[in-house]
Amino acid sequence: MTIKPNRRQVLQGAAAVAGTAVFAPAIHANPAPIKLGTLASLEGPLAINGQDAYRVVELLLEEANYTAGGRKIEWIRESSNAKPDVALARTRKLVEQDGSDIVLGPLSGAEGIAVRDYSRTVPTKTFINGSSASQDNTLRNSSENYFRFSTDGTQWTAGLGEYAKNTLKIDEVTVVASDYAFPYSQVFGFSLEYTRAGGKLNYLWTPFGTSDYTSLIAQIPKSSGALYVVYGGSDGLAFLTQYAQAGGSLPLLGGTLLADQTLFAARGPHRKVLEGTVSAGPIGDYYENDVWKDFLARYTKRWSKDIGQQTPGTLAFAYSVNLQATLLALKAVDGDLSNDQAAFREALKKLEFKNYIDAHVKLDHNRQAISDNFLNKVEVRDGRLQTVVFKKIPSVNQTLGFPEDKYIALGAPSRNNPGNVQI
Amino acid sequence: MTLEMFATVALNGLTVAALYFIVAIGFSLIFGLMRTVNMAHGTLFLVGAYAGVAVFYPLYDQGFSYAWIVALAAGIAGAAVFGVLLQVTLLGWMQGQELRQTLVTIGISIIAADQLLAIFGGNSQQFFPPDALFGSVSVPLVQTGHYSTFRLFQIAVAAAVGVGLWLILHKTKLGIIVRAGVDDRAMLSACGVNVALVSVLVFAIGAALAGLAGVVGGTAQPFGQEKDVQFLLTSLVVVIVGGMGSLPGTALGALLVGMAEQFGQSLFPTYSVMFTLLLMVIVLAIRPQGLLGKRLT
Repeated sequence: MTIKPNRRQVLQGAAAVAGTAVFAPAIHANPAPIKLGTLASLEGPLAINGQDAYRVVELLLEEANYTAGGRKIEWIRESSNAKPDVALARTRKLVEQDGSDIVLGPLSGAEGIAVRDYSRTVPTKTFINGSSASQDNTLRNSSENYFRFSTDGTQWTAGLGEYAKNTLKIDEVTVVASDYAFPYSQVFGFSLEYTRAGGKLNYLWTPFGTSDYTSLIAQIPKSSGALYVVYGGSDGLAFLTQYAQAGGSLPLLGGTLLADQTLFAARGPHRKVLEGTVSAGPIGDYYENDVWKDFLARYTKRWSKDIGQQTPGTLAFAYSVNLQATLLALKAVDGDLSNDQAAFREALKKLEFKNYIDAHVKLDHNRQAISDNFLNKVEVRDGRLQTVVFKKIPSVNQTLGFPEDKYIALGAPSRNNPGNVQI
Repeated sequence: MTLEMFATVALNGLTVAALYFIVAIGFSLIFGLMRTVNMAHGTLFLVGAYAGVAVFYPLYDQGFSYAWIVALAAGIAGAAVFGVLLQVTLLGWMQGQELRQTLVTIGISIIAADQLLAIFGGNSQQFFPPDALFGSVSVPLVQTGHYSTFRLFQIAVAAAVGVGLWLILHKTKLGIIVRAGVDDRAMLSACGVNVALVSVLVFAIGAALAGLAGVVGGTAQPFGQEKDVQFLLTSLVVVIVGGMGSLPGTALGALLVGMAEQFGQSLFPTYSVMFTLLLMVIVLAIRPQGLLGKRLT
């Protein structure tokens, strides 16, 4: 039997030979690209944050010209819907089917725990957090190849509890919050600080995705001096709208995702109660700092034709810090991912850098960031509502300065363990 | 619980029930006649709301006081057109194949949700009612002595929908045909009635009601991603509790679900979701056809 190659096979063969001849020297100088898989939520309730995160990732990769440490970066983007099972499935796809070397993500709290658990089963790859901010990604049962250069939901509250008690002189705060992992982290941090300062707390929890808060609002104790509102996205909009319509007038302290561009962009009566809200988080929209202003200018320049003057939100910022660290470490090892990425991981652990809001970042022994936090107030600047930074809390660690053994002994944050205890 | 608190929560329950009734009655109506479990009903709610938003903001920004009325009309029309397209192009020719229709409508809802996200973005949106309905009116007994005018208006809309549908079903020829179709489709067809056309009409009415609920609901509380699933689930619970295809049953179901939700939220905020589902479990255990439902043959 003779093999008669058809026309197509001949052409393919010719192309292959030509390709080898032309590109062989280039391949020698520039080894195969690094596959960077990213995961963010482009579906579901946090889709808006996922889009924002990918705008930041795209901006930074473009600025790096899709290279790091002398190697090309091949970017593979995946999406989840803020649910852990989906995040896990998509992460597996990134690693097992796409062959990603490094995974950057995911976006939300419970997803992060799922990805961290998965990371243990593939010790030859490196996982770098996106914006997932639940404390236990790194504090308890941390994984050797899971890194987080962004601060967590509890660190994001640093400074707020003490400010409420000592500066605003509020003696009793009622916490209204969604009943899931991320608000637990935030309420825990706020409660620890506020209780230490001598304040009294009440708690009202509602299921995630509640749209009618009128009966909850009726339950707010009359003795409250302020509300600590830990809702984000549509839950936050619904709560604040109904609180405004009910004639609510207590001062508001905001969870990190309450005082957010998402709510500032929406129109309605909630804006009236939102103005003046004090909140804490890893960024503020308006901050007199050149590094930050430069970053915002680059972001706006790249994306203003799509989204106007909107600036990146907290979650997108977390992606920026983690990607910045990834690129810095790749540069430090000249793109060397051999030996199961050992050198790359060592470089990650040793990194110390200033992020795009000019906050100092380094890792602790759990591969968790120690970085600065900011106190903000919602004000009108440049004709629109923005969070305006008025205080910086330097070098916040994961246990908010409390001794780690005592902090861990308190147990994981939950609605039954909201942190209103004295250490 | 004080009397004042009780009155406030009861009124909250009643106003939420009114919204649930408007959403669920369309779902119930479609199921009643066609035995189609329309899993895209929540999508019809969102389509109505977004169709409303598309015309609302341009008008509202120019200060037109009737923007809300136009949005209401657009929402009803948008959802009705979408519903008719769904029935004519897909569901009509798979009549009687319940599993297939269920899967197709689930598929439609997923596709539509992504399209709406792509077109309108992921930010939550809401409507602002006309001045006459904005603000609050004096209501005795409730906390602060005032209650949101628009939420009271919701009760009026639900009552109007309920009475209107009752009149159509019991006093018009269309109503006679629909009720006959609920009991025996084949016999109705044998009597010379174009059942396919009636199905399209009923689907249009059911979808229009979902669109109405979209704009009314989108005024009382913000809407956005995931609200389709939420309102589909609520509709399912309401008609399962009240009885599939029954008008008074849907009203009763909506009332029970609304009250369970609001009193649950007030007394045990953490477990409020459970109350609604618990209600469904109890009804399914003791009266599987729903409180006022007929036993299906």
